[in-house]
Formats: sequence, structure tokens, C-alpha cells
Amino acid sequence: MNELALLVAATLSAGTPLAIAGLGLLINERVGVLNLGAEGIMLIAAVAGFAVAFHSGNDWIAFAAGAAAGALAAAVFGVLVIWLNTNQYATGLALSLFGAGFSAFVGIGYVGKKLSERPNHAIAFLSDLPVIGTALFRQHPMVYLTIAVTLFVAWVLMRTRAGLVLRAIGESPESAHALGYPVRRIRLLAVMTGGALCGISGAYLSVVYAPLWVEGLVAGRGWIALALTTFATWRPIRVLLGAYLFGGVTMLQLHLQGQGVQIASQIMSMLPYLATIIVLVLISRNPLWIRVNMPASLGRPFHPWQ
Amino acid sequence: MIALEARPEPSQLYAWLSPVIALAMTVAVATLLFIALGRDPVAGLRIFLWEPLNGTRAISEVALKSTPLVLCALGLALCFRSNVWNIGAEGQFVLGAITGGGLALWFTANQIPIGRWAFFPLVIVAGALGGMVWAGIVALLRDRFNASEILVSLMLVYVANLFLSWLVFGAWKDPKGFNFPQTMSFASDTNLPRIVTGLRMHWGLAVALVIAFAMWLFMSRTFGGYQQQVGGLAPAAARYAGFSSRRALWTALLVSGGLAGIAGAFEAVGPMGQLTPHVSTGYGFTAIIVAFVGRLHPLGCVLGAILLSMFLIGGELAQSRLGLPSALTGVFQGVLLFSLLTCDTLIGYRLRFGNRSRAVAAS
Repeated sequence: MNELALLVAATLSAGTPLAIAGLGLLINERVGVLNLGAEGIMLIAAVAGFAVAFHSGNDWIAFAAGAAAGALAAAVFGVLVIWLNTNQYATGLALSLFGAGFSAFVGIGYVGKKLSERPNHAIAFLSDLPVIGTALFRQHPMVYLTIAVTLFVAWVLMRTRAGLVLRAIGESPESAHALGYPVRRIRLLAVMTGGALCGISGAYLSVVYAPLWVEGLVAGRGWIALALTTFATWRPIRVLLGAYLFGGVTMLQLHLQGQGVQIASQIMSMLPYLATIIVLVLISRNPLWIRVNMPASLGRPFHPWQ
Repeated sequence: MIALEARPEPSQLYAWLSPVIALAMTVAVATLLFIALGRDPVAGLRIFLWEPLNGTRAISEVALKSTPLVLCALGLALCFRSNVWNIGAEGQFVLGAITGGGLALWFTANQIPIGRWAFFPLVIVAGALGGMVWAGIVALLRDRFNASEILVSLMLVYVANLFLSWLVFGAWKDPKGFNFPQTMSFASDTNLPRIVTGLRMHWGLAVALVIAFAMWLFMSRTFGGYQQQVGGLAPAAARYAGFSSRRALWTALLVSGGLAGIAGAFEAVGPMGQLTPHVSTGYGFTAIIVAFVGRLHPLGCVLGAILLSMFLIGGELAQSRLGLPSALTGVFQGVLLFSLLTCDTLIGYRLRFGNRSRAVAAS
């Protein structure tokens, strides 16, 4: 029973970075921008967050640094894609490649460094509950905050006027432009918000989850988060659930190894990636479903003067 | 106030100039970076742009690294022109290394004598098959289930690397290798024939150049190549003309997978001579940049590969001579691709410097 509780706790912790990044990418995609640079943004933010946490010792300043780094990287991508009409796929790839190189270069001095003592985040009383306490109430505050942010994003997107404008731009930038909305500025803002969330996710990985910095720390989570948005058919709450599902798959491999299951660790480590492929196949199988849910202008550039 | 104005027709001039301007911008960024790091920028740039071409041995090393880059980039150029976003050449490369290296290992372990020239075609076929299978999975899932080829091909990179690790940590580990994760060294029979004795460049380079020429013929001189590219430029027109988008998808992925696989096999039985978990140093990803720098043109890919392999060697030299991390190469690669995409805007648009009212009217 206690082992199950630990597994649940680990799942929540592993799902959290995927959920934050997935939410950010969902916001991007809802306005019609596909950001393949997520992996690069997360790497840059991971190193920035780790560096700040190392020098300041404060997680929240580290998250802020990660968010700022992520928003900045996303802004570069956004200006290129939205104003210069560069190809979204190619530009996103460029950001991912740049992020991999840049983070490795900047982070070289932080490899092998340890963060100062990690505080214990147990919630008073609740964490002492049997089983449930271990499973749910000894997490980093960011885990709970992510749930709140998910609900907030869902509310904004689906229940507010601002959300309606965002979705309208994603469905038909031409119509939104005709109605007088500054399509490109709103898109840039959404891209930067998405970048900031990816940045927080990266910082969470290096400061809370790992907690250390090595080259390539993000290990494909940016790409998995991209797959999550499709998996969730662009709904925030489904992104969160999907993220926990993936977190569970990641943790299951460690759990099974702990149980002494005789499968090579390399094969087990393939699980999250294979799960991503399987999930993509299951969701994408129905073209109608995708067409109904996918923002209609996804990946398409918009020129207001044409 | 600067505004963009669409050109009536894409500019041929800027299609050619754009990589040159992008390179100049990268050099400018590199100069600033060296100054910021407190290094002599002239010495730094010399290491990236001159040293890799200085002398026969250096040129042989550039040729050695260009070979896998050309092969991977050719396939990617075909993919991108067909609007198929295969970004997992790295995984297809690793699979080719596994199948090609596995074949060499089999000959080595069973002590079967075979001449280098007899083994050469065998290893090409083995590598191509490995890469094609890996890319074939992507094509199958895209074709049958509409799964994004971008994400599937990328996920398979991680799977391929783990698969390679599993082999060299397990079944394929050299029993006399002091428990290092590596296979035994391949018999010299199975090594790639070298062009010049004493230099590491091998005849795989010739294969890459021949394939580059063949790819140019296919893309610009055959109807099949034309069909392939119409699907990428104007899917609706391609449909109307009855060109099969499924065939374009399978062709692009199988060709690029096969070429990346050959590159991987060459790496395994060429400079490596054994399999380790680190057969590839990111050639499949660097090749994406090569393909774009080469304007998605086969002969451009050759030039792009030379440039990017100079970057790779420059990074190694920067580490050994200046004590800078070799990750510098990755930074420059990223800056180069960013600059290139920015400059490419000039192909379709012209800059208009005007007064504010006109600019507003234009935007």
C-alpha cells in the first residue's frame, strides 16, 4: 500500500513538468502557432533556473528566471514566425537545436553542482494521513499550483471574452483581423505566455525534479508535451490528465525495476517514448475528431495586408 | 519605420545570397561571443573557418564528417520539399549503424574472411535496410493512422538510441572488453576502404557524392521528382493532378531513412570500427541545418555539409586549443539556422523604408 502511495506521489511529480509545458503549448496552438522549439526553450530555461537556484537558493526566483528565459526565447521564435512569416516547423526546429547547443554551452560550469539543501514540502497535518498523506501531500507547491493554473487556463479559454478572442484567432485569423483585433500582437503575447510556461517547466525539471543540471536534461519532454496537446484534443484539463498518465508510465518503469522485474533498463526507458507514439496513433486515427478539435489555422502564417 | 512588402515573384538573387548573409551574421555573432568570453576573435574564427581546411589531413577530416551529413541531408531535403517533416534522421542513422555494424560484427565473430570491396556493397544494403525500416514505421503510422510524422520520427530517435545502448550493454558487448559498453573491434576486412592510405576519409564519400548527383537528377529531371515536389508546394494542385500523396510520403521517408541508415552504417564500419552507445554525434540533427543551408538542393547539401563539418571540427579544436566547450558548435549551428530563416524572408518580401503613414498603409 505504501509503495502504491509512493508511486502516486512520483507520478504527480513526473507529470507536473509535462502538464505545465503542455498547457503553454496548448495556449500557443489555440492561437494557431505550433512551437516545435519547446524542447529548446525548456533546456534554456532549465539551465537558467538551475543557475539562479544555485546562486539564490530560492526555488521561486528560479522559476521566475526560467519563465523569463522561456518567454524571451519564445519571443525570438514569435517575431520570426509572426512578423517575418518564416516557416513555423523550421523555425521551431531551429530553436530546439539552438537551445540544445546553447544550454550545453552555458551550463557546462554547472554540471555536477549540487543545489543547497532541499526544503521539505510536507503540508502540516494532511501529510501525516496514512497512505494519502504520502501519496498527495508531500509534493513541491508547484505540483498543486499546476492544477490551479490548469483550471485557470481552462476557465480563461472557455469562459471569458479574452479566451474567445484567442480561440477565434486560432480558428480564423482573417476574421479576427476583420473584426479589428491585433492578431499578430495577440499571437506574440500567447507565444510568449506559452514560452514562459515551458520555461517554468524546464526550471522545475532542473531545480525540483532532477535536481541537477546535465546536458540534454529535458530528454524529449518538450516533444512529449507537444504530443500531449494533440492527445488532449486541445483541452487544458485533458492535458493535465494526459501528463499524469505519462508521468505514471515514466514512474512505472522505475517501480517495476524496483520490484526486480527482469527487463533491461534500456528497454524500460523506451516506455514513455513508445507510449507517446501509441497515444498519438490512437488519437490521430480518427481524422474527423482531429479536424473538429484542432485550431483551424494551426501552423498557417497570417499576413494582414494580403 | 521598416515594413515588409510581398514581392510579385520570389527573388532568385536572395535565394542564393541568403545563406551567405546568414553565414556573415553567424560570424558576427561568433566574433561578439569570443570578445565576450575574453578571447581573441581572430584566433577563434580562424579555428572554425580556416584550420579545418588547412592541410591534407584536415581536409580529409572535413570529408570524413561531410559524408554522413551529405547523406542525411539529401534525404531530408527530399522530405522537406515533399512537405514531409521527418526530423528523426538521427534515429534512422542509429538503426543503420546497428544493422551495418551488426553485419560487420557477425563477419568478425564468425571469422569469415571477406574482402573490403566485397563487404562494401553489403554494408550499404544493411545500413539502408535498417534506416528504411525505422523510417518505414513513421510512414506507416502517418499513412494508416494519420499520426504526426514530426513527433513519431523524433520519439523514435530516443528509442533507437536506447536500443543501441541495450545491445552494446548486453548481447553485443565485447566479452574481452573489460565490461565497457562496446562491441569488439570489427575485423579489418569489414572496414570501409580508404581513399588514401593514412587518411581517415573513405570511399563512402564517393557514394555520397554519386547519390547527391542522382538525387539532383531525380528532383529536377524526372517526372517522379516533380510529382514529389508539387505535393509539397501545392497539395491541392497535386491532388487535382492525381499525384498520389501517399506515394510521395512513402518515397520521401523510405529514401531519407535509407540514406540516413547508410550514413550510420558507414560511421560504424568507417571511423568507429566498433559500436558504442555514442555512434552518432548528432549528425542527423545537424543534417537538418545542412539541408536548409543547402537550399534543399542536392548540390547545395554538399556545400552545406562541408560548412557544417567545418563547424564540428572547429568545435573540437576550440576545445583542445582554446579550452572552450565544444558545445560552442551547437550554439553556432543554431545561430546559423536562425539567421538563415530570417534572411529567407528576403526571398519572398522586400524591405520598405518609408515614412510612417506609408508603412502603416502597407501593413
